[in-house]
Amino acid sequence: MIELSGWGRHPRVWAEEVKSESLERITEAASLSRGLGRSYGDSSLPAREGATVANSTAADRLISFDESTGLVRAEAGFPLFELVRHFLPRGWFTPVTPGTQFVTVGGMVASDVHGKNHHVEGCFGEHVTALKMRLADGRIVEVTDESEPDLFRATLGGMGLTGHILEVSFRLQRVPSPWIYGESEQVPNFETLIERLREASHDWPYTVSWVDSVRTHGDVGRGILMKGRWAEPHEAPSHAPEIRRSVAVPFDFPRWALAPWSMRLFNYAYFHKHGAGVHRGIEHPQDFFYPLDFVRQWNRVYGPDGFVQYQAVVPVAQDPGVARRFFDVLTRAEVGSFLTVVKDCGPEGRGTLSFPRPGISIACDIPMRGDATQRLVDALNAVVVSAGGRIYLTKDSLTRREDYERMDPRLERFREVRRKWDPEMRIKSAQSVRVFGDSAE
Amino acid sequence: MKVVIIGATKGIGRSVARILAERGDSLFVLGRNGDELARTKQDLEARRSSLSVGAAHCDLLDVSTIGPALDEADRALGGFDTVVVTAGLFGTQEEIENDADLRDRVLQANFVGTIQFCEAAKALLLSRGGGRLCVLSSVAGEKARKPVVIYGATKAGLTAYLNGLDARHYADGLRVVVVKPGFVRTTMTANLPEPPFAGDVEPVARDIVKAIDRESSEIYTPWIWRWVMTAVRMLPRGFMRKAKF
Repeated sequence: MIELSGWGRHPRVWAEEVKSESLERITEAASLSRGLGRSYGDSSLPAREGATVANSTAADRLISFDESTGLVRAEAGFPLFELVRHFLPRGWFTPVTPGTQFVTVGGMVASDVHGKNHHVEGCFGEHVTALKMRLADGRIVEVTDESEPDLFRATLGGMGLTGHILEVSFRLQRVPSPWIYGESEQVPNFETLIERLREASHDWPYTVSWVDSVRTHGDVGRGILMKGRWAEPHEAPSHAPEIRRSVAVPFDFPRWALAPWSMRLFNYAYFHKHGAGVHRGIEHPQDFFYPLDFVRQWNRVYGPDGFVQYQAVVPVAQDPGVARRFFDVLTRAEVGSFLTVVKDCGPEGRGTLSFPRPGISIACDIPMRGDATQRLVDALNAVVVSAGGRIYLTKDSLTRREDYERMDPRLERFREVRRKWDPEMRIKSAQSVRVFGDSAE
Repeated sequence: MKVVIIGATKGIGRSVARILAERGDSLFVLGRNGDELARTKQDLEARRSSLSVGAAHCDLLDVSTIGPALDEADRALGGFDTVVVTAGLFGTQEEIENDADLRDRVLQANFVGTIQFCEAAKALLLSRGGGRLCVLSSVAGEKARKPVVIYGATKAGLTAYLNGLDARHYADGLRVVVVKPGFVRTTMTANLPEPPFAGDVEPVARDIVKAIDRESSEIYTPWIWRWVMTAVRMLPRGFMRKAKF
């Protein structure tokens, strides 16, 4: 038995974790699959203590790559950092990347990850052409949008609950060079930020912003807007970017290190370090896409109690005041957000339960401080429900079932598909028990 | 290099084969599971444009498979110059004591089978003036310990054999590379308690490729295990009787 947790290190569950090069073998008796454990909450944790979870990370083989079309097929445990390391120098990149490269392609499907280019390319699932799955009844099948559309779509963003993902086929994108051309600038407040994000999305494939969420007076929502695109060959350095080595946080930070004063200091310094002008120029792709990957185990900064990442998307077009209400709750809470990231989302994709929808996505890192953190998440959920928004299950560990049900009317459709393919509900997670009401046994 | 490798379907061998494939070496992979072998061939071929990797069945538990497999590899590569052996079986002493079949397979694969394989590979290499023979032994062969009585004995024997080969055939052009991995996080060690200084597969594989390139006669990887074992080797018998590791 081993104690498992997500990236937020809360909650923790003792489980039988089995790991093998052969996913077919270990998924036979497992109640859930997990990859690199980068979902933040309990998505990759077993429904009950002692249940068996299949770890996919040893199943990391490429199966095929077609250089004329960019179509790649890999085992579910193939990690994104390998994809970057291997394919970027060859002129290819994943059409959609999350903010860390320490994820597996199986996890990218299960979370239907989105990135800074959601307004252009949608979620990762839009680029997936086929899946090989082990279903709850033990069969191994090839699943496509043509062969089994209900199962295929429910698996994109289905948190691994529709079956074990064994192999993934998806399309890579040609890039003109392996470097990024980026621009960034300070933005004085939240209203301007939303407007600028929307403007930038017309001209830039990659947009994101960081917001100072600690500041409680003056310009609430001031931040830095970042935009990027792949550099053209004539702008880019002639050499390939060197793959970055990372440094590790060697120990858990003590609880007192992450207090209001340190959060304020960090956010103040981050804002002013940038300065008032516009920065533009060539950026290393890993610095642009994965700034936090440079520090391995950065979750230790939050101390032994861990933290919660709360991410929600709110439709600002229908409810322009919602972002301000959200930030009011966040900045007044007893526990604040150390790091807050805002970006705009494009249209909803084909995944039955996929997170993004048109609106503004807000992600905040909140230290785990027991009831105070639970109260903050409840309060934020109330704002999200009132605006017709929803949360990202991949980040969640504290949302209550009744709140989630109010957020996502698509849940009934997802339940139907699960009942059809897994009538005995063999595949489940700690999260599906908490949020969907599965039985733990 | 023209490399034949046995054990490339898993763990450290898988990673070594990828590094060699990506940088442009010619490869031929040997293994006992046909399906796994085919998948490993696909994985390697996807890593470089128009790379073709050969594969053949070879089982260290069945001496009759060794000669034909090496001959096939030799034909396909047009005479290999490097042989890498990462295959091997593992069992803790407890597992081995509860399973006589596992005991015999560990003894057979790690000691007898590996030596039979090396003898056949060596003969082919020497027939054309030598080459590199890189074999994974283990730090478990450096000091007899409770949890690895039999596994450690197979690796101690293997190390002695490889050192002997080096002595006998260095002048003939054979370059024996003895690799002694410390604790490396693989599926082989997934159920073992993790000691300090545990290493990851990829850096270990890079060390091994570097050792082959430099024709180092012996490496510890991660490097710190050379000094860990220097200390462990000095522990007296009385201490080992009481120690838990």
